[in-house]
Amino acid sequence: MPAGSMPLSRRSFGALAAAAAAGGLARPAVAQGAPLRIGLMLPFSGTFAALGENIAAAVELYIAEKGGRIGGRTPQLIRLDDESNPANAVQNVNRLVGRDRAEVMIGTVHSGVVMALVQASRERGVPLIIPNAGNVAATRELCSPTVFRSSFSNWQPAYGMGLALAKSGVKRACWVTWDYAAGAESGQGFADGLKAGGGELVRELKLPFPETNFQPLLAQIPGLNVDAVGSFFAGGGAVQFVREYAAAGLKDRIPLTGSGFLTEGVLGPQGAAAEGVRTALHYGDGLDNPKNTAFRAAFKQRTNRDADVYAVQGYDAAQMLAAGLEATRGDPTAEAAFARGIRSARIDSPRGAFTLSPSHNPVQNIYLREARGGENRVIGVAAEALADPGTGCRMT
Amino acid sequence: MDLSGLFAQVLNGLQYGLLLFLISSGLTLIFGVMGVINLAHGSMFMIGAYLAYVIASLTGALWLALPLAVLGGLAMGAALEAGLFRRFYKREHLDQVLLTFALILLFEEARSAMLGNDFHAVPVPAILDFSVPVTAEFAYSAYRLAVLVVCLFVALLMFLGIERTRIGSAVRAAAEKPEMVDLLGLDARRIHLLVFAVGTALAMLAGALAAPLQSVYPNMGESFLIICFVVVVVGGVGSIAGAFWAALLIGLVDTLGKAYLPEIAGLVVYLLMAGVLLWRPSGLFAPGR
Amino acid sequence: MLVAGRTGTLLLLLGAAVVASMPWWASSYHLQLASTALVSAMFALSLQLLVGGAGMVSLGHAAFFGVGAYAVYLLPPGLSIGLTLPAAALLAGVAALPVGALSLRTRGFFFLMVTLAFGQMLFFLFHDTPLGGGKDGVFVTRPAFEIFGLLWEVPRRQRAQVLLWVNLGLLIAMYAALAALMRTLFGHALLGIRANEDRMQALGYDTRRIKLVAFVIAGALAGISGHMWAMTEAFVNPEFLSWHRSAEALLMVLLGGIGALHGPILGAFAYVGLGEAATLITERQRLVEGLVFLAVVLLLPKGLAGLLPRGKEGGR
Repeated sequence: MPAGSMPLSRRSFGALAAAAAAGGLARPAVAQGAPLRIGLMLPFSGTFAALGENIAAAVELYIAEKGGRIGGRTPQLIRLDDESNPANAVQNVNRLVGRDRAEVMIGTVHSGVVMALVQASRERGVPLIIPNAGNVAATRELCSPTVFRSSFSNWQPAYGMGLALAKSGVKRACWVTWDYAAGAESGQGFADGLKAGGGELVRELKLPFPETNFQPLLAQIPGLNVDAVGSFFAGGGAVQFVREYAAAGLKDRIPLTGSGFLTEGVLGPQGAAAEGVRTALHYGDGLDNPKNTAFRAAFKQRTNRDADVYAVQGYDAAQMLAAGLEATRGDPTAEAAFARGIRSARIDSPRGAFTLSPSHNPVQNIYLREARGGENRVIGVAAEALADPGTGCRMT
Repeated sequence: MDLSGLFAQVLNGLQYGLLLFLISSGLTLIFGVMGVINLAHGSMFMIGAYLAYVIASLTGALWLALPLAVLGGLAMGAALEAGLFRRFYKREHLDQVLLTFALILLFEEARSAMLGNDFHAVPVPAILDFSVPVTAEFAYSAYRLAVLVVCLFVALLMFLGIERTRIGSAVRAAAEKPEMVDLLGLDARRIHLLVFAVGTALAMLAGALAAPLQSVYPNMGESFLIICFVVVVVGGVGSIAGAFWAALLIGLVDTLGKAYLPEIAGLVVYLLMAGVLLWRPSGLFAPGR
Repeated sequence: MLVAGRTGTLLLLLGAAVVASMPWWASSYHLQLASTALVSAMFALSLQLLVGGAGMVSLGHAAFFGVGAYAVYLLPPGLSIGLTLPAAALLAGVAALPVGALSLRTRGFFFLMVTLAFGQMLFFLFHDTPLGGGKDGVFVTRPAFEIFGLLWEVPRRQRAQVLLWVNLGLLIAMYAALAALMRTLFGHALLGIRANEDRMQALGYDTRRIKLVAFVIAGALAGISGHMWAMTEAFVNPEFLSWHRSAEALLMVLLGGIGALHGPILGAFAYVGLGEAATLITERQRLVEGLVFLAVVLLLPKGLAGLLPRGKEGGR
């Protein structure tokens, strides 16, 4: 483990806790100078495991860059695998906060699981930074002074895609997705974006999550008479969908577009089928800013993997945490000052600097990207400094 | 409803159904002959798919994976039967559930330790990497059509093997009346070993065939397991013909449901199964029970 | 099905006393963990009435757990637990009636698959219609502790311990009620059906009706456990109704042993404890769980309950 950061494995943490209890030292040490317990609740197994690993690695990278100290304290990372299982989410959050006494939480990928984190943050005042899950509710009706997001709301990328399509002259489009919250919320963004540019969403085609029998949906597309197809899939489903879309002979006649996750981190397996597919996201390849260049090089060196949007989100979650801690001299329990610190910060992100909206969601550029030669090249800005509407958010 | 769209959907349904048959046929035989509810059957599918991925990325020749999946499946099935399942035939069904669930966990963990948790696409063989128009506006990848043909071929082999050979009729007898095996002087141990090995090989073959269509990812076996159990009970436990027709029926109903009843797409298969079992409580083709 | 013998009962009571005394020596986290185990035990116990009681293996039982949990969301917030708990049981029982009436046309594995199908239908109802309040789940307001007009405001610091005692009390009541039920004529008939349904029919028993009554009772009890889960966690999710959760309860029953009424309680505590221990040792939790399940099925044919001193056959 590099310079000073002390990510504690679960095993050594358990041993430490047991030793502390046996030695009568069970009293939690919260004083200055004591390590800062950061709970990382992420999927480390199952479908989203690769995403969880990249987020965690980027958090570690940031801490290492800061010489192993943020806000004057030495972080200890406590990793907890949430398995992307919403049914056990509350129990897992209890583990993190109750058993492992995390003082701040970073998590997670799955939008159902993140609900339990949001709940715990609201009930117990433990700050939460969401490094991926995009459910709009977390920064709309469930917004809270202790809940922040470093990633996106599902609505944002799809809105950018819809807007860009409509501006390019698309009048009719359909939306293809899994039948779950992220797909539906993205579909709403896509429809809003199309409408804002003078287009129309004519049909939503849905498939139960996480099934991958796409053929019945694909066969309907020719009959819909649309100028473009928008979609939301991620991971293995995205690989297969893009390939089957091309194999069905649709790609050359009706352009395939989508929320950027469609081609994120999966271009290799998608191969030629993805060539030319346009997507919109808050990150992309070839973003020409020094921060991005430095970040990608450091991430590659540390992990031997290429950085992706998940790594960026993890890195920025750590940056936001640092902003809050610096404003409170390392005390995450100073709720108001901690929130002020993050809200007033300009996060120097590899995606381009951003600030948070009043409901704690990034106000960020949504880039239009085109898949070329294994990269999602940024070819323009689909929506500049786009903020989630934050409907229904009342900070108390 | 346009006719060419309907044609494409029917083809989709048949293709999906045939793949389901390949997995379900082993499941229904293992259940019918030995009475084992083998939850780990989905893991065999997963292993076959990952085998195809490994072979394709090492050698670039996907077709090599097919005979290897069959041979590996035979060996794996025989080893599991002789080493583990054999002592469970006399135990309660539920003990087998616990056993095979434990196996799922261990196989998934082994997969994760050896190959990681990333998903991987498996490239389609170069000679089949083109599309064939099936309607004016909708095309099929040649590989998908090839899988359809292979599935049909295997189904035919299964049918001939079960109906036209001595060992096949012994298996059939064992599936219909397990207690008859001893009376007929058949060697039950050999039949059990054979059925388990062949069933496992079929699941692994299905996984290897499906890998380029499905890509490979953690827990991929589980999504097929439930739908294949649906095929087994709708067709009637232990009946190959039943599994065949039920797989086609489920494939078609699922596909057409997704196309024409999108509001309840996730439900149609379950509605169908509940309907069939309320009408015929032992499935459509229950072999003489 | 065995009911624990005298020594076994003593051991169980001792265990209950240990759990009840936890607020004096355990952290609030462990109180919550114990509550999770207690509610899981209730849920598994309700399934044991079907599996161990009458040999009916259901893979849709979580649907009634979920209905009970969602009752907390569907009822107006601020009601007393004295109202919401019976309401949850009633709703779950009402849901179980038609499901049982139809499913019981089948037997064995076919019964398992039909209950799975009906479970999926109820899952669909909460996942895909506005009834459930969202696919990602919703927060709920905990029902108030109010009985006969006496409102007991539980301070937040004491909530974990109060919930622990309530859950423990309900589990003990449920176990005692089921133990008593298994000693009645009805209980004897159930065990008879498990042993040989055709013979019971020949003896003139209306076996389907007896099984239906058991199914509805089990559904209502699952509803109670679901209600307590929602009350403990203040969060409900459509995943509560999924077959995964049914399978989890079945695992607890199998781990504990289907031959003993107290098996599911041991199974639930072992399952929750195992998950907890596994997260402490390694990130490869499935490895630990898989090996333990394998060990149980190979070495303990009667499940964990086989470790307790033998009791007498409750039904005969």
